[in-house]
Amino acid sequence: MKLIVAIVRPEQLSDVLEALFHAEVRGLTISRVQGHGGEMEHVENYRGTQVKMALAEKVRIEIGVSNHFVKPTVDAILMAARTGEVGDGKIIVLPVEKFYRIRTGEEDQDAVTPVPVLE
Amino acid sequence: MNNADIGWMLVSTALVLLMTPALGFFYGGMVRSKNALNTMMMSFAALGPVAVVWALLGYSLAFAPGLPVVGSLAFAGLRGVGLEAQGTIPHVLFMAFQGTFAIITAALISGAIVERMRFSAYLAFIVVWMLGVYAPVAHWVWGGGFLATAGALDFAGGAVVHVNAASAALVAALVVGPRKDYGRHAMLPHNVPFTLLGAGLLWFGWFGFNAGSALGANPIAALAFTNTLLAPAATLATWTVIDLVREGRVTAIGGATAIVVGLVAITPAAGYISPASAIALGALGAIPSYFALIYRARTKLDDSLDVVAAHGVGGATGAILTGVFASAAWSGGANGLLSGHPVQVLIQIASVLIVLAYSATATFVILKLLGLVMPLRISGRDEGVGLDVKEHGEEAYTGGDGAILVKPKESFVAQMASDAIVVRDGGQS
Repeated sequence: MKLIVAIVRPEQLSDVLEALFHAEVRGLTISRVQGHGGEMEHVENYRGTQVKMALAEKVRIEIGVSNHFVKPTVDAILMAARTGEVGDGKIIVLPVEKFYRIRTGEEDQDAVTPVPVLE
Repeated sequence: MNNADIGWMLVSTALVLLMTPALGFFYGGMVRSKNALNTMMMSFAALGPVAVVWALLGYSLAFAPGLPVVGSLAFAGLRGVGLEAQGTIPHVLFMAFQGTFAIITAALISGAIVERMRFSAYLAFIVVWMLGVYAPVAHWVWGGGFLATAGALDFAGGAVVHVNAASAALVAALVVGPRKDYGRHAMLPHNVPFTLLGAGLLWFGWFGFNAGSALGANPIAALAFTNTLLAPAATLATWTVIDLVREGRVTAIGGATAIVVGLVAITPAAGYISPASAIALGALGAIPSYFALIYRARTKLDDSLDVVAAHGVGGATGAILTGVFASAAWSGGANGLLSGHPVQVLIQIASVLIVLAYSATATFVILKLLGLVMPLRISGRDEGVGLDVKEHGEEAYTGGDGAILVKPKESFVAQMASDAIVVRDGGQS
């Protein structure tokens, strides 16, 4: 069981989500974050004041997966989030001690296995 | 001259001018947040260069006596445009009032090319377009040109403003091309309240647009004013009912759109038809635009903010219905189909088609020529990041976290600037 954390460009988010859904990754959480990596800061102007924006807008994606899902998930993000320029982001794979699904109390593998959607 | 007329036209001119910022809000709410400033600036920027070029040259091409197809250079540089009477108001006021129409017509086109057109190319385009397309078309209908001679009815600009801008918008959307990922990713409005605010202010300003087109404080202005209240109300009511029947829910964007469609539809008819006819026109006008919007979204045409469906379809419907409902008993002018003058409908259809054809052709030529000297759209990467940052170096919504002040280098200019700051601060304390 792993927790995959990916920091990606906001403008790549739609592509990343599309790739993840294609890879049948159903459960994820995203948050809007700001960060600083190796990329060039862009410069903005407000009434004669020049400002260098040191923090770039990013999106943080968190996905809890079972072991055999790690590679397809990482591959999907690598493929969809890459533009080839500095600032594309990072993927971090972390070990997980325990998963629980709140609704049922299921644990670990069961807790991160998607249930069929009942219409 | 008549002081009441002057007073009303002064107010009307200011009201019409307000419509352009209102359009900025209407359009600005409908784009993604990363393009909010760029979209609003496309409207606001028209207030500058288009107005200046209108005064220097556009007004003369539109309103100076000349040929049936275009005016002359007699009023170029505002030569001969003074305080003498033009109708019952000073000539300069007439020029200013008409200038506000040129500004908003040019700005209307932006709805078709938001979120990808380069700002500098857009500025060049609207200035050239105003001179090459708007001014001659205004001359045809209002400047004593051939459509006026043929008896076409266009009270405040159904063909001149709306069909004209929408035709240009259609061509611009095709020439500039769709947004990256259009049809693949959803592109949602980022601020629907802005769009409602814009629609409300447009309605307010439109009382000047339509009732001001009577060119005086007279009974026809009162008629146009009343019709500008009733027709959009009927469109909004009809739109609401269609929404309820089809979806079971009434949408805010739909309501804002309905108001604009109704305003567009009544524009050519405002001073020519009875208030009862205005209600019918507004109600009927909702239907073609409603379904044009739904149809457009299923096509590959990225007319992003539906200029064609709202202004083209709405304007054409209004222009044709003007030929149906026109009543000499109310306007003291021409009759339409229902008053026993069916030919008026044909004249209206012909005038719409002529404006549509000329505007489409001329817009295509202007954009292709501009495309030879400058790129019309920004790169795909920049489009992803957003035009606010890339084209303007600003963001609409920023917390300012991580913003580092760039200290000016000690160049001569920078030294002058910092001296100026010291002097100013000293003056304040």
